[in-house]
Amino acid sequence: MESLVWGYVYPNEAEIQWSILIVLYPYITGLVAGAFIASSLYHVFGNKEIKPVARFALLTALAFLCVAMLPLLAHLGNPLRGIEIMFTPHLTSAMSGFGYIFSFYFIVVVLEVWLAFRVDIVKTALNSRGWKELLYSALALFSYDISEKALEADEKLGKKLAIIGIPSAAFLHGYVGFIFGGIKANPWWSTPLMPIIFLMSAIVSGIALLILLYLIVIKIKKYPLNYNTLYSLAHYLWIFLIVDVVLELLEIISMKYEALEEIEIIEHLLAEKIAFTFYGIQLTMGALIPFILLLLVGVMKNRDKLKVVMVTISSVFIVIGVFAMRWNVVIGGQEISKSLAGTLTYEPVFFGQEGVLLAIIILILPLIILRVITYILPPWKDMIEENEEAVVSSE
Amino acid sequence: MKLSRRDFTKIGSKIVIGAATGPVIIDALVKKAQASESSPDGDYDWNKHYWGYVVDTTKCIGCGRCANACKRENEVPFDEPVYRTWIERYRKLKDGEMKIDSPNAGIDGFTDDIPEEEINKAFYVPKICNHCENAPCVQVCPVGATYTTNDGVILVDFEYCIGCRYCIQACPYGARYFNLEKGTADKCTWCYHRITKGLLPACVQACPVGARKFGDLKDPESIVNKILDKERINVLKPDLGTKPKVYYLGLDREVR
Ligand code: SF4
Ligand code: SF4
Repeated sequence: MESLVWGYVYPNEAEIQWSILIVLYPYITGLVAGAFIASSLYHVFGNKEIKPVARFALLTALAFLCVAMLPLLAHLGNPLRGIEIMFTPHLTSAMSGFGYIFSFYFIVVVLEVWLAFRVDIVKTALNSRGWKELLYSALALFSYDISEKALEADEKLGKKLAIIGIPSAAFLHGYVGFIFGGIKANPWWSTPLMPIIFLMSAIVSGIALLILLYLIVIKIKKYPLNYNTLYSLAHYLWIFLIVDVVLELLEIISMKYEALEEIEIIEHLLAEKIAFTFYGIQLTMGALIPFILLLLVGVMKNRDKLKVVMVTISSVFIVIGVFAMRWNVVIGGQEISKSLAGTLTYEPVFFGQEGVLLAIIILILPLIILRVITYILPPWKDMIEENEEAVVSSE
Repeated sequence: MKLSRRDFTKIGSKIVIGAATGPVIIDALVKKAQASESSPDGDYDWNKHYWGYVVDTTKCIGCGRCANACKRENEVPFDEPVYRTWIERYRKLKDGEMKIDSPNAGIDGFTDDIPEEEINKAFYVPKICNHCENAPCVQVCPVGATYTTNDGVILVDFEYCIGCRYCIQACPYGARYFNLEKGTADKCTWCYHRITKGLLPACVQACPVGARKFGDLKDPESIVNKILDKERINVLKPDLGTKPKVYYLGLDREVR
């Protein structure tokens, strides 16, 4: 016990309240927001290079969104009462908006997916028989109009939706940052930068995840890799990574520079408790190395094979690094005592309601969901079509 | 000191009278309590009161009776590290280091594990929920299960709390804990079941040296107001703007 507690912590602080599940929650919503924003790079900003993965990114966002609620619910002391957040939200609470923002965003993403796949759905419905016809007809909401005019209307609506979608993705995640940033009791959390840091790291993690999933699909399906798409994603990844890291460093530097009352305990936290996960994983592995690798990818000519390896490594490192960032915020913040005179240690358990096992299951679940969704709504032809064009144009 | 026979009989009669009236008073209190228990609203009007609490750190001897009484009165799980009130011990060592501890919240008292010669000064600080006027725990509760009563007490509605523990994170004073049995947040109520019947909170009642005082801020004659009017007081972490209603006498700057 002694080694777990250092200095003086309030007697009630013996137990860490928010476990690994609460680390997952901002991590998963971050992946959602990031993947969604990656898809908007094409859907809203018309970046053609992203097109091959744009719809796939939407589906990825949807798959992760499906489980985003789970870690929170599993964590509640009275999960069955969770719905009260919807019925009787207490509006001064940063958490009370969660139900609404989440639901709104869910509807936006589902609608967007539907519009993006409507033509495919209708065509499949018209060309199949039996249960398949029924399923796709239902998905098409029994409206089969895919005339030029209808499609144009679809596209307009889709664009509008995506335009709503971006601020709501930003809101969904910035707001998660505010849940922590608005807690004045905790000096490690309380900073107005928190929402924007969360948002930037969300985008970074979402793009990195998309790159990885894209590469995996390419491997499994034996599609030719579209280098333009990959490099374009890598380019965005690099830019957002810079913004993200600048903000994270700004926070730490101003904390150290202003050196308020709490600085001693924060120094202790950084030096003794989360040195490895913060300096090692979050900053070096999750930011510095990818920054250099992605920079090289940007300036190097040819050598595509090597560049793909570098992008892959960067993405893996970033996905892990952002997880470490969530960990350092959620767990790190709880490892300092509000007495500012001591620290405590979070010891993850493997089994149980708040265990690592459940966390792993919740992380794998969206991949299974994604597999099912892509079975019903295959986005694959985007990846091939676009590639042929690219090949043609480069000839 | 020499006692004359007359003095002796005086003291004796005081003791006798005291012994006789004590039970009468207790009896009256109990009857009153029972009366208000049988009619749920009783004659208690929560708009007529606004409660406040004073801790005189210069008096506390660290006996831990308050924390013990609290656990029993409020059925706070005895063997778990959860507390509605606790006592901190501060020892400034000669080498300048400040040693703070609160083993089992001070319920079992404190042991001298540092030789006296090494200690410069030492004091105890009782802690409790501050029933903040501007309570962050109330602010952050997503469903409004933590609320402020009209008489200024912060309570948790156990039927309503979803157990998200956001309030525990938001309390700057470590006053809240998670009640595993109920699956809800939990904390000091200033013994709401007692104060609405005209009784004192159990901790105040249990303190043998009067280090804890409780009273009505709306009553100019209450003990709390008398102290606030006369003494120089402080609250914990005033810079956080929570406006605690637990006021401290003799608060050292190292106490947070
Ligand atoms: S001390 Fe903590 S639990 Fe009590 S009212 Fe203030 S913030 Fe709430
Ligand atoms: S744990 Fe209960 S009282 Fe505390 S914020 Fe959550 S719902 Fe409100």
